[in-house]
Amino acid sequence: MSAFVTIDNVSRLFGPNLTTGEKIASRLGAKVETRSVRAVSDVTLSVRKGETLGLVGESGCGKSTLGRVIAGILPPTTGTVTLDGKPVMLNGAKVTTRVQTVFQDPFASLDPRMKVGDTVSEGPIAHGLTTKPEARAYVAGWFERVGLDPVWVDRYPHQFSGGQRQRIAIARALAMQPDVLICDEPVASLDVSIQAQIINLFLELTRDLDLTSVFISHDLSVVQHVSDRVAVMYLGRIVELGPVAQVFGNPAHPYTAALFGSVPKLVLDADELVRFDTIEGEVPSPLSPPSGCYYHPRCPLATQVCSATQPVTQPVSDLRAVACHHFERQMEQGPARSPGAG
Amino acid sequence: MTEPALSVTNLTTHFFTRAGVVKAVDGVSFDLAKGEIMGLVGESGSGKTVTGFSLLGLVDAPGRIVSGSVKLNGTELTTLSDKQLRSRRGREISMIFQDPIATLNPMLTIGQQMRLAIDAHEALSARAAEARAAELLTQVGIPSAKARLRAYPHEFSGGMRQRVAIAIALLHRPSVIVADEPTTALDVSIQAQILYQMRDLAAETGTAMVWISHDLAVVSSLATKLAVMYAGRIVEQGPTATLLRDPRHPYTAGLIASLPAMATPGMPLTQIPGTTPSLLSLPPGCPFAPRCDRVIDACGTEPQMTLVQNRGQNSGQNRGWRCFHPVGQPDEALA
Repeated sequence: MSAFVTIDNVSRLFGPNLTTGEKIASRLGAKVETRSVRAVSDVTLSVRKGETLGLVGESGCGKSTLGRVIAGILPPTTGTVTLDGKPVMLNGAKVTTRVQTVFQDPFASLDPRMKVGDTVSEGPIAHGLTTKPEARAYVAGWFERVGLDPVWVDRYPHQFSGGQRQRIAIARALAMQPDVLICDEPVASLDVSIQAQIINLFLELTRDLDLTSVFISHDLSVVQHVSDRVAVMYLGRIVELGPVAQVFGNPAHPYTAALFGSVPKLVLDADELVRFDTIEGEVPSPLSPPSGCYYHPRCPLATQVCSATQPVTQPVSDLRAVACHHFERQMEQGPARSPGAG
Repeated sequence: MTEPALSVTNLTTHFFTRAGVVKAVDGVSFDLAKGEIMGLVGESGSGKTVTGFSLLGLVDAPGRIVSGSVKLNGTELTTLSDKQLRSRRGREISMIFQDPIATLNPMLTIGQQMRLAIDAHEALSARAAEARAAELLTQVGIPSAKARLRAYPHEFSGGMRQRVAIAIALLHRPSVIVADEPTTALDVSIQAQILYQMRDLAAETGTAMVWISHDLAVVSSLATKLAVMYAGRIVEQGPTATLLRDPRHPYTAGLIASLPAMATPGMPLTQIPGTTPSLLSLPPGCPFAPRCDRVIDACGTEPQMTLVQNRGQNSGQNRGWRCFHPVGQPDEALA
């Protein structure tokens, strides 16, 4: 299957916006923060038509930034994102409606002063997908599609629960009739019993509407459940990529293995408490990342080469790639325990 | 049997709002032995946090503990004056909150804050206080603790801040710590480190803990027993592994079944229909009845806690549930 969304060598930097005075002061040797954070660093990735790509990592790893670059919300500093061969952004502006986003917090992502029906119809009217007189019926159709009662279109966001708001946010994204859906932690702020409802809705919609999607989450069990392939990020770089069962079944990167080992498992079979593996130390500051492989200060397999040279991304098999000098040693250690398997 | 560190009986906390009486905690009872960790699990609005606040007498108006008893090492807490309570908070019972940014004072160094917490209950020399503070920071895994005493909260990462909050909670070796979602805001790798340490600390110091969480997996790897809350009530309680492997209450069973880890990847998850009820307008009878697929006529009246003695591995330990038609086949003898 060929690439549908192509992310080519994308980097995104965030730096201070220096005033002229600060720039002069900096030249003269004053202490002005001029370093920038490479939130996303040389990411090359493709998403195939109809597939769900999971994007996992800890906070600050750049997964949301990458999601926003793919969605055309943030322009990349370097590199390009194309959809079906056409660029998502041109000269810093989004030029397609075929990519839409569902955000994490449905309390912040809906305008509290707009009727939810207007929120959903605003985009489709502006882009000619429906007309003002027909908008009500159009929105009602999408409300039904996501499991909301169409008579609620005249209500305001505060009249809905978190799960219902997330359904509205999904309806807003889908009403633009996108080909690609970027979901940035769509269930992280929901209660456990509501999470399952939204995940089921996501699975049903992506299948029925033949959507291609990028599913960003820190929750490995959710990503494992919904994704076909998964990309693991650490400090802005993708360290491992491959089919979800293979990556989680036998991680090639020590970070993937450690991340997986840190997830608390539901203890069902043992009357003893499990001992979970912990990763030593913390994620380093992205302002001054370590040399070589970013993970080497925390990595149990690290050798001299890891602090000296940044590992290149290399294929593990036809479907998998990893950026690690010692992936063969990691893979010899065999499968990581999967979350929930106990 | 020795006296429990914490004994809660029929704890009831209501909020008297303009819209009506919100029964946030409604008849909660449990015992906690020395060094025991109990997981208090529930969704938002289930009353788990208000239960935690009630234990320390931290419920503010319009909320009030209406009835029930909280006994800490045999002393009744609910009838104490504010002053008497204050002399126990932080010394005999302390709390760790979810958000370490909100609990630490940004204007004071870590050392100054720990000193305040020490001075509140003990007269120690400056040197002794500093030594105690540094010792606790080391114990919770903060490197070069002595130097870090002079740092401000903003100089710490989220995980490190939560460790500081834990160290402060541990300063006076309290017999009970109430931890309200202390790892929810943290990354999994940091969460794992902290869970691991808390388990060791509880075993080492004999501190009993109430660990409040919405995450079944987190508490299952930490707590020896669980209490599941729904709409202000404990609907099921028992030893962790027994309760998770063999849930009796349909809500507990539904929560476990809805976890992605319980399903085949890509297949629909088992879901509990509907949403949690508003505590302002609870239906009469079992609060879970409107969402329950096993509902019968009897559910129109409120079920009481059915307590049974476990046999086999956890013999002697109680488990219980509030349901007229529990899931699974009860094989225990009624107590």
